[in-house]
Amino acid sequence: MGISVKNLSRHYDNQKAVDSISFDAKPGRILGFLGPNGAGKSTTMRMLTGYLKPTSGEAEIADKSILTQAIEAKKHIGYLPENTPLYTDMYVKEFLNFVGQTYELKNLAHRVDEVINMVGLTPEQHKKIGMLSKGYRQRVGLAQAIIHNPDVLILDEPTSGLDPNQLIGIRALIKELGKNKTVIISTHIMQEVEAICDDIIIINKGKIVANDSLDGIKKANNQDSLEVIFRKLTA
Amino acid sequence: MYAVFKRELFSFLSSMVAYITIGIFLLVSGLLLWFFPDTSVLDYGYAELSGFFSLVPYLFMFLIPAVTMRSFAEERREGTYELLITKPITLWQIVSAKYLACLALVLFSLIPTSVYYYSISKLGLPEGNIDSGAVIGSYVGLFLLGSAFTAIGIFASALTKNQIIAFAVSAALCGFAFLGFDYSSQIFAMQNFETIISSLGINQHYQSISRGVLDTRDLIYFISFSVLFLFLTKLVIEGKK
Repeated sequence: MGISVKNLSRHYDNQKAVDSISFDAKPGRILGFLGPNGAGKSTTMRMLTGYLKPTSGEAEIADKSILTQAIEAKKHIGYLPENTPLYTDMYVKEFLNFVGQTYELKNLAHRVDEVINMVGLTPEQHKKIGMLSKGYRQRVGLAQAIIHNPDVLILDEPTSGLDPNQLIGIRALIKELGKNKTVIISTHIMQEVEAICDDIIIINKGKIVANDSLDGIKKANNQDSLEVIFRKLTA
Repeated sequence: MYAVFKRELFSFLSSMVAYITIGIFLLVSGLLLWFFPDTSVLDYGYAELSGFFSLVPYLFMFLIPAVTMRSFAEERREGTYELLITKPITLWQIVSAKYLACLALVLFSLIPTSVYYYSISKLGLPEGNIDSGAVIGSYVGLFLLGSAFTAIGIFASALTKNQIIAFAVSAALCGFAFLGFDYSSQIFAMQNFETIISSLGINQHYQSISRGVLDTRDLIYFISFSVLFLFLTKLVIEGKK
């Protein structure tokens, strides 16, 4: 129930945003997707989740092709897009109910309460999303991504803009979710990668420049810090 | 699909969009029907609503684009479209749900105007002397015209992230679809294809239904018109993927 990507590419006119990348992500492991701005991280995630069409290549989510079994594949994905777009005119519970309905979930009211509790939204659950702080909006985004208990979680910068206390809470939640799911997160924060990721992919100019476990990548680079390795590989 | 339809409709009803749109529509149509001397039914002297039914398409040309302009434009500007399309629902379901929610609002705006029918029927001499068949036909025609304009509006909203541009494009397309073919056909006056060109326009089919005769050709025209524009909407969005 993981992710398998084969020669995935996305071109914008003549620019190769993602250039024939291949990788696998396994259940029970958290994969950190690193790269400078514009390297192709979000584009890759958007292709995996069905928002963008690949120019070429193929990917499977939980053994379902994103091209020929898109709806089936989407049922297995929980996705938190970059900048956490949410319907700000909706109430937290109303929004989570709406998302749950798109997955045709049974016993939805109970599940909504459960995820609200999981992400620590209980004190804000009766508010309009537009009234929430960035940290709580991020939690709503995470709640909608996990409401259907997906096998695969794709989180695009899930901790950006959070304060240190919120960071610890959300990281702990992602770590917990990663125990039995396939999780891909993109981030710029190296301490975050060291704290929660098992495997690492570094992408630069649309190409994968490193793909290994956290320990493996450090061993191959003379035990340098991840920040040094990142700078070396993406310079 | 029902979840998206419900969200769209509730979003209209929980914001001021629905109330302002319906309010303006009822205010302007009421003023034109009862108050302004040139169009007032009281000065007209006949107990009929034909004046109302010939004015409403012009109001719809502006009000329906105002309702539909946000459908896709706002979703794409706010980024929530990414959230929606990555759920296990097809693009066709999203397009249909948004279309039906806007159409429901058009229907809501027409329902209160039944008061006009009741009032004029009471004012007739003898009381109730009104051609009900023509009125029902006109309402059906108006609803179908609204459905065609809504499809155009949804299409225009898919073209851009800017709601104002979506509104302008939609109003222009509605105007052309309603009157443009009639005017264009006059260029070819007295030629065989004059009638063919004018029959492509909405006006001719709307007038036909307004006479109280529900012709299947008119029904097929309106349904095909809406399906065509919804299909174009789907193509435009898929092209942006």
